[in-house]
Amino acid sequence: MILKLAWRNIWFKPLNTILSIILLASSVAIITVLILLQKQFEEQFSKNADNIDLVLGAKGSPLQLVLSSVYQVDAPTGNINFKEAQTWMKNPFVKTAIPLAFGDNYLGFKIVGTTPAYLNQFNSKIQSGKIFDKNFEVVIGSEIAKKLNIKIGDSFFGSHGDAKEGEKHEENKYIVVGIASATGKVIDNLILSNIESVWAMHNENDHEHEAENHEEDKEITAVLLKFRNKMGIVLWPRLIAQNTQMQAASPAIEINRLFSLFGIGLQALQYLAFGIMFISGISIFVALYNSLKERKYEFAILRVNGASRIQLLTLVLIESLVLCFIGYIFGTIIGRIVLVFISKSSENEFKMTFNPLEFVWNLEGILVLVTIFVGVLAALIPALKAYTINISKTLANA
Amino acid sequence: MITTKKIAFSYPNGETFQFPDLHCEASNTVLITGNSGKGKTTYLHLLAGLLKSKSGEIVINEVNINSISNKSKDKFRGQNIGIVFQKSHFIASLSVLENIEMASWLAFGNKNTSKAKKLLQELDLLEFQNKLPSQLSVGQQQRASIARALINEPKVLLADEPTSSLDDENAFKVANLLEKLTKEYNAALVIVTHDLRLKDKFLNQINLI
Repeated sequence: MILKLAWRNIWFKPLNTILSIILLASSVAIITVLILLQKQFEEQFSKNADNIDLVLGAKGSPLQLVLSSVYQVDAPTGNINFKEAQTWMKNPFVKTAIPLAFGDNYLGFKIVGTTPAYLNQFNSKIQSGKIFDKNFEVVIGSEIAKKLNIKIGDSFFGSHGDAKEGEKHEENKYIVVGIASATGKVIDNLILSNIESVWAMHNENDHEHEAENHEEDKEITAVLLKFRNKMGIVLWPRLIAQNTQMQAASPAIEINRLFSLFGIGLQALQYLAFGIMFISGISIFVALYNSLKERKYEFAILRVNGASRIQLLTLVLIESLVLCFIGYIFGTIIGRIVLVFISKSSENEFKMTFNPLEFVWNLEGILVLVTIFVGVLAALIPALKAYTINISKTLANA
Repeated sequence: MITTKKIAFSYPNGETFQFPDLHCEASNTVLITGNSGKGKTTYLHLLAGLLKSKSGEIVINEVNINSISNKSKDKFRGQNIGIVFQKSHFIASLSVLENIEMASWLAFGNKNTSKAKKLLQELDLLEFQNKLPSQLSVGQQQRASIARALINEPKVLLADEPTSSLDDENAFKVANLLEKLTKEYNAALVIVTHDLRLKDKFLNQINLI
């Protein structure tokens, strides 16, 4: 009955109520989006960099090198000499070394020349068909197979560079021989071939230089390194920078740097969201406090009819908490809808998706507690006023 | 029934009142009259347990309400005392029927819908049961507050200037209903008023001087 009364009272002044709910819901929505984005973003970044200790590539921005070769989101820093890279790849410190050669794309999906070890790197298996073996045989990621509806035996022409609109290589067709299993990592959106295909594809473009194309001049884009001995991770970046025209970058360090850059922006958004939540708390407080003047007769009547002080206190608290609860529910739903849209646009641009149905229990739990706290705080003074109301005086002055 | 003995009361500002003794059996009516400033409303609030007397006894249904703890007084008041005020106040967000049910729920923990409807019928308000209190006329509101005061079949019905803000027609209607219903529900009716129209009707009077 108290709950029903609280509910009726809330909707008796719908404008106040809706304002409070909108404010609260928007702050909860922003915070929810931030929580989910940050968690899933970091998860995606770290799971793609599993098993990669260092990336060997052309000199330039180490962050760019990591982004391009591990996450496939940026342009490569340049190419490196395959022969020179091989001297490092064969070093006894190195456990696995996976060469990568970029060059073409098909409808915006990158075609990567590499070795079958690249699949193991992501724990991906050939789901159907077989691994690439001969030149121009490709294995496609599961997402591509789904989106473009490509089957084994299909063939296509690649376009040069990483833009869909690039010049088409119409001399050689790629043939799909296998489809990789889904992993939720970048490999799902890649087309894999052997390295020789990438070389062959680009050699045919300049026939006059064909004679000069010896093994020594072959170039690749980057090498993903995994060490036997952790010492390599510490020593190699300096060693390589001093002795070669290449660089070695650590994904862990670069991604940490990236997150600390992001972090400032996320922090600012978080402050903004908590600011809005504070304002919504004030809005609830003002609404409750203002209505006290009109409602003091109601409180007196309730007391005359047998309500205790505690019941009045509870009534005001419940009104505030119900508001906060509704605001939280709406906020968490709106936040997830927003995430769906973010996910759609990030999928188009970065081939990265976010799961709106994930619940980050510990952080969202804290958010629930903060919301309840705001509700209690906003109702505290009005509730105490209701608790201490002097019935006789109120009714005598009526 | 209600009996008082030697009640005295003083406000924190020092204003002191001595009130004459009062005795009213079930189904009977006592009118307390007196000019403004003689403590009529204070007397009524004392009888209702809204104020606590400095000395003396107020016995309602064989319980001295001065001996009840503040905590249980709310319950006791809800169950044994019905009050009608000069200006009736309602919970604005609840309908007329729900306001009356609320009084029953607060006192006994269950909303006695059938009794509430029966009272509304007797008070000629059944057609307004789903309206908000603010949509009723003043006379109708006053009758609705009588329904609310009687829903718990109180031993005592206290009325503070119940007719002062009403026109003649409504004043007599309310006075008659109060008399009829207190008999029907076997309650002692104590009316505090300076309304001449009531002085002619109820002859058992106590004048505060």
